[in-house]
Amino acid sequence: MARYRSAREMDWALLTIALVITAVGILQIYSATLGTAWASAWWRQCVYVAVGLVLMWLAASVDYHTLLNQAPIYYWALVASLVVVLALGKEVSGGKRWIPLLGGFHFQPSEFVKVVLILQIARYLSDVKGDHLEARDLLKLGALTALPAALVMKQPDLGTALSYLPILAMGIFLAGLRWQHVVALVLIAALALPVGWHLLKDYQKMRLIAFLDPSRDPLGSGYQVIQSQIAVGAGGMWGKGVTQGSQTQLRFLPVPHTDFIFSAFAEEHGFVGVLVMLGLYFLLLMQIVQNAQVAADRAGMYIAMGVAGLLLFHLLVNIGMVVGRMPVTGIPLPLMSYGGSGILSWYIMLGLVNNVRLRRFGV
Amino acid sequence: MDKEFSESAERIEARQRALRDDPKIASGRIALFQYLALAVFLFLISGFWELQVRNPEIYSERAERNSIKALPILAPRGKILDRDGRVIVDNHSSFSLILSREHLKPENVPIIAAGLNLDQQELERRIQRFRNRPRYEPIIIKEELTPGEIAFVEAHRDANGLPELELVHAYRRLYPRNCVAAHVIGYVGEVSEAELNSPEFIRYEPGDVIGKAGIERQYDAHLRGVDGQRQVLVDNLGRERRVLGLKPAIPGKNLQLTIDLDLQVVAELAMEGRKGAVVALDPRNGEVLAMVSRPAFDPNKFATRIRPEDWKELISNPDNPLLNRAIQAQLAPGSTFKPIVALAGLETGVIDDNFRVRCPGGATFYGRYFKCWVKGGHGVVDLHKGIVQSCDVFFYNVGNRLGIDDIARYAEMVGFGRKTGIDLPHEAEGVVPSSQWKMRMFRQKWYAGETISVAIGQGALTVTPLQLAYAIGGLAMGGVWYRPHLVKDPERREPPRVAKLNPENVVKIIHGMYGVVNEPGGTGARARIPGISVCGKTGSSQLASNEVLKSTKLGQVLKDNAWFVGFAPCESPEIVVAALWEGGEHGYMAAPIVRDVIKAYFDKKARLQRALVAQSTPRFGPSLGTATRVQP
Repeated sequence: MARYRSAREMDWALLTIALVITAVGILQIYSATLGTAWASAWWRQCVYVAVGLVLMWLAASVDYHTLLNQAPIYYWALVASLVVVLALGKEVSGGKRWIPLLGGFHFQPSEFVKVVLILQIARYLSDVKGDHLEARDLLKLGALTALPAALVMKQPDLGTALSYLPILAMGIFLAGLRWQHVVALVLIAALALPVGWHLLKDYQKMRLIAFLDPSRDPLGSGYQVIQSQIAVGAGGMWGKGVTQGSQTQLRFLPVPHTDFIFSAFAEEHGFVGVLVMLGLYFLLLMQIVQNAQVAADRAGMYIAMGVAGLLLFHLLVNIGMVVGRMPVTGIPLPLMSYGGSGILSWYIMLGLVNNVRLRRFGV
Repeated sequence: MDKEFSESAERIEARQRALRDDPKIASGRIALFQYLALAVFLFLISGFWELQVRNPEIYSERAERNSIKALPILAPRGKILDRDGRVIVDNHSSFSLILSREHLKPENVPIIAAGLNLDQQELERRIQRFRNRPRYEPIIIKEELTPGEIAFVEAHRDANGLPELELVHAYRRLYPRNCVAAHVIGYVGEVSEAELNSPEFIRYEPGDVIGKAGIERQYDAHLRGVDGQRQVLVDNLGRERRVLGLKPAIPGKNLQLTIDLDLQVVAELAMEGRKGAVVALDPRNGEVLAMVSRPAFDPNKFATRIRPEDWKELISNPDNPLLNRAIQAQLAPGSTFKPIVALAGLETGVIDDNFRVRCPGGATFYGRYFKCWVKGGHGVVDLHKGIVQSCDVFFYNVGNRLGIDDIARYAEMVGFGRKTGIDLPHEAEGVVPSSQWKMRMFRQKWYAGETISVAIGQGALTVTPLQLAYAIGGLAMGGVWYRPHLVKDPERREPPRVAKLNPENVVKIIHGMYGVVNEPGGTGARARIPGISVCGKTGSSQLASNEVLKSTKLGQVLKDNAWFVGFAPCESPEIVVAALWEGGEHGYMAAPIVRDVIKAYFDKKARLQRALVAQSTPRFGPSLGTATRVQP
């Protein structure tokens, strides 16, 4: 059915940028975990990347239309696994997010929900042939997103649950809305805010307060924000050099190999390094958008743009948090932060983008 | 029509485009997304610009302070030794607790106070006192930690514990027991806020332990070391990771005093249970051999932080134990002043060897009757008998002939009325009354009748025990006064103050003072030591005039003060001792105190000479090194 597609047609620019970012991430993980219990993390990350590349190739090779057809199966399987996580997942620092696998590895279903949600929303939207969505569509899409989001929030993992929203928002934005619906959505969001505040856990409230005024409790919730800002600021123009950042090396910086990896990077590589990395991320984003623009059909475009929207959201929230302009939400930095499930899901998404690209001239 | 058609054609085209599943339908929105992405990136870059380019210094400094902890290495103070090198004041090792305010959580203060038996309010006040100091400067909150308290600190070292606490090795002052030499040595304490505001303490910082009194204060700069510092890199749990810099503490230098512990202890014992002071000097060089003031205080109570109740007890004690009576008690010298009046009489020529006075037990001057202390009188009295029996009437006459200003001149010549310049803080001057003095103080003329009391060491004349020992010692040397000092310094080359006196006159006075101790009828017979020619003079001084005593009921309480000043040997004095026993009633009561000290001096000298002889016998072999050391 599917014509053989040459590997030469893969988006090599996209792949190169992604691999460079990943390599910098591994270097930073190495530097940030030197002499700690996490010292082997960089090596594990290499393994994840290798697996990720294989999954990327798989995700690129199977026609995305086939994947879209199978999407509901993946979706419900993941929803089921989220329930499993809640029931008997491994508890790490106050949250149940992982399902233990063989060999000491752990599977974090909430990361993969992102991939499947992109497919599910693309699948739904590609069936909508009008130039705007009806209220019925909005409700269905909302339910599609809310189900896994609610389960993930229950873990509780507010950050990851929130990261599902940009996928939905991107889809709705691209598919078009009546202005009445826009007003309604804004109103609902405004009304939901105070209700949502009550649903938040205490530590989540503290994080938001700390974001608004970190100096109020410098040793408590504001600690992470302040330490991150100190780390970034101490990096200055040129940075302190690899493994030389005192904030990172002396662990004043919280989780410098996962959520705050970019603080560690900024401390050791300075403003110049930050510009280079942000430039790479920007190129990566634009490359994904370019693939969306050349997609053969709406489904492909929705898939690629879903990935782009998700990426931009992660960058905004994670790096914004690093410089103290976003609350601490526990969202990792794509491709750089240590974490198997994250790396795998991001490489799968890059595979999907390639998938769209490979089939841009029709099947 | 045409317009309508084109409109519907557009609609059809749009519908067809949608049906064709054209992915370009959203190209405008994708472009919008690209602009949004650009805005997001600019927003993020501006964040880094703010932190890394605009003011990175603030953050690098904070990062440094975050990770570098400066722990003080406390320098031990120098030891204080006696003239033979025996340790008077030592240090002992202890642990102090420091609080790093950078990591201080206010809610931990009650826990810390409870765990370390500290008063919580006191601790809060202490933290408050340091509010103006940089936060990274740690403060000492407790000294002399008990093993239990050390265990408390060690048990709270983890992340959830009390990271603000840190133990440092410290040294505590260890003073002699039984208050020996308490006033000479003084004590140390933490510099107070009031002191910090005065220029004398400009170099000190809150928390510094400084000498507060005595030698500890006078030689603080010599005794105190320079605290060192250990800069350590700590991680976010406060664990030391690496030592960055080590500035070792420079220990304070030892200080050798001129005090002879053997003599000091004898003097202390002689004053046990009494109120007063003893000063022993070597008139040949001004070295202070012993200095006692009673009642005394225990300097060990000051060695850590003195407890408020102890301090209250000390300062509310009517006998004022903190007062160093040897240099601060200003009292009328009584008859111990008579040798000086005699000297003035001989030197000015108002009396000579043939001068005689008949003492019927009192005499009238300027319409007022002045009693002699012996009711029946002394009969015919010459200079020698006048000194030996301390005849008041004789000296009334001498004083009357001299006039107040000549008495004052000689009193000042021997060192009264001004500081001797001893190396102790807060020495008192005493008063030498004169016509000029009275005009200055009271804007009144001096009345000749007032001179009569001064001639026997009463009236407005006051001296300190040190001044008396200094004056008589210099007189015994024939008019050579060496400045009294407490710190032994072989390099000392300060020239003495020399007065041109007729040696014959001096010999007459000394002869009289020999008689006081050694002749029958002498008032100082209790100071006699067989084999040693001790000279001396008794004195009893009234605290108030007899009139005052009569008008009030103070008479029972205000007993006369007993003085004795003595030196030996007669011809070439090596030691002069002045003793004051407040409320001792009569001078001869103070004589045994002086005798004990002088006896101890010569006993020790004899002992050392015997040892010297024993060592230089061939059996042990000649040992020049030790021989020179034990020379007195």
